[in-house]
Amino acid sequence: MKGMLTLPILIPLIAIPILLVIKNNRIKRIISISATAALVVVSVHLLQTVQQSGIQVMNIGNWSAPIGIPIVIDLYSAIMLIMAGIIGFCISIYASKNIGSQRENHHFHPLFHALLLGVNGAFITGDIFNLFVWFEVMLMASFCLLILGNERAQLEGAIKYITMSLISSFLFVAGIGLIYGETGTLNMADLARIIEDDDAMLMNTSAMLFFIAFGIKAAIFPFFYWLPASYHTPPAAVSALFAGLLTKVGVYAMVRFFTLFFVHNDAFWHTLLLVVAGATMFIGVIMAASQNDIRRILSFHIISQIGYMIMGLGIFTPLAISGAIYFTFHNVMAKTNTFLVAGIINSLKGSYHIKTLGGLYKQHPLVAFIFFIPAMALAGLPPLSGFFAKFVLVKAGLESNEYLITFVALLVSIITLFSMVKIWGHAFWKSEENGEHDSTRRPALTLVIPCVLLCCISAGIGIGANYCLELTTSAAEQLLDKKHYVEAVLKISEHENPH
Amino acid sequence: MEIIFAIAIGVLYAVSVYLLLRRSIVKLILGIMFLSNATNLLLFTSGGLSKGKPAFIEKGSNVPEPGIADPLPQALILTAIVIGFGIIAFTLVLTYKYYSKTGTEDLDKVQETDQFE
Repeated sequence: MKGMLTLPILIPLIAIPILLVIKNNRIKRIISISATAALVVVSVHLLQTVQQSGIQVMNIGNWSAPIGIPIVIDLYSAIMLIMAGIIGFCISIYASKNIGSQRENHHFHPLFHALLLGVNGAFITGDIFNLFVWFEVMLMASFCLLILGNERAQLEGAIKYITMSLISSFLFVAGIGLIYGETGTLNMADLARIIEDDDAMLMNTSAMLFFIAFGIKAAIFPFFYWLPASYHTPPAAVSALFAGLLTKVGVYAMVRFFTLFFVHNDAFWHTLLLVVAGATMFIGVIMAASQNDIRRILSFHIISQIGYMIMGLGIFTPLAISGAIYFTFHNVMAKTNTFLVAGIINSLKGSYHIKTLGGLYKQHPLVAFIFFIPAMALAGLPPLSGFFAKFVLVKAGLESNEYLITFVALLVSIITLFSMVKIWGHAFWKSEENGEHDSTRRPALTLVIPCVLLCCISAGIGIGANYCLELTTSAAEQLLDKKHYVEAVLKISEHENPH
Repeated sequence: MEIIFAIAIGVLYAVSVYLLLRRSIVKLILGIMFLSNATNLLLFTSGGLSKGKPAFIEKGSNVPEPGIADPLPQALILTAIVIGFGIIAFTLVLTYKYYSKTGTEDLDKVQETDQFE
């Protein structure tokens, strides 16, 4: 039964060597799709288990907790796992058409699963050095995916992306070194136990190192420049995968660290988080509004939306954290979907530039529909998911008297709507200039299915917001009540290993 | 002992930041290498230094002697070195590819993907 907990990393780990040896692309696609489908099933099952019987812990190699590396799955981890599984599933379907046989021959599929392996590992580990290793697995896979195809723009984007990622990784290790010197442990639960009321100078230093390291990975202000420079260079499936998952792992790590053990000095940290959140969402959306390439608009949007998640962490009430988790889930679904639709538009028209596009609404109403749903979800129109996500965050902000950040959040929401309308107006409504429309061209079904699926999820978690918010609220309560986490990890290990 | 290490780490970080800010991509990679080594040394030092007491348990006894070197930072550094090595190899190949495609290794010319259209 406990072995279930390793499945989120075991499934991609088994899929990688199989995908490496198989030559036939069709079989590769089938294996890839079924492995990611299995991930979704496993993570939903894990969520149910956690809901029924509390935080699940497993010690790798049966070494007891502060010494060995535990796998810890609480509600937050389980929700993130489901999110990664769904995105993996949708993109594995989409990629089978979009990625092209040349890239598939050059091992797109194993790299894709290596990335999922790193992401899932980061979500379930209970040890900070192990988290670093999963980060590196994820980064290495993303480096390879980014340059797969060897186009000039890809190499150029990769230089910027890799440099910033590496600097962030080394800051992360430096933070680990300092925190180990101070506390003598790397286990998250053990750290949470030791750092109670500890206000040592060195603790703040390592907290700041972690904040910058995760900040670079999550692309918050002022560390976001690598993201819009690189995310629009690879094929749409890879862009969408990056847009959906990579930055959110940074957000996950930040939320985990700043709820579990860096909870001292909260006046300073929460102010800093709120300032950074406000700057991130505002600057991101302003930059987005000024772009003309669909994928660049969407890339800057990712940054802007990260601000909302950090805002939830900065307000630091159960409601706010719950809003942040709900927002993360909603954002990943809608954001990935918009990137996928951008890829469909490119496959139909051969361009991402909104000035040259046009007439899509008339020619391809289905494409217009599957863009409209996630775009409006991002802008926050009811009854789609974005409305409830923003509503909860704004409510939490008003309840804790954080009026400035709430105002910025609402303002940014309007500009988000503006930039979505900009894409809509240019690419869909405007009549095409050189109106040579080839009516026989239809978007491939394999490209449309994942988008429709993600649309359904966006609408579904909006309509079922009541249930979803109940779930995220209990996840947030679990995060804030860290005693639970500490007991689950440290007690079980004593029970299993009586020495 | 710690103070020498602290100065060495500081010098390494300073060198790496200087190199990271240069315009040449090769120097950028050298900067990343220095950054990686400075960080490994920091990890090593923060675990506490001990002279001449390797992390071994004497034959015949089950518990280590007090005061032996902490084996954990050494294991962590080993992992970090291997990861760093792989990444540096990857970056070098990337730079070579970029150079053979564009004929430049000047970071000021690496701005095509940031161009506003």
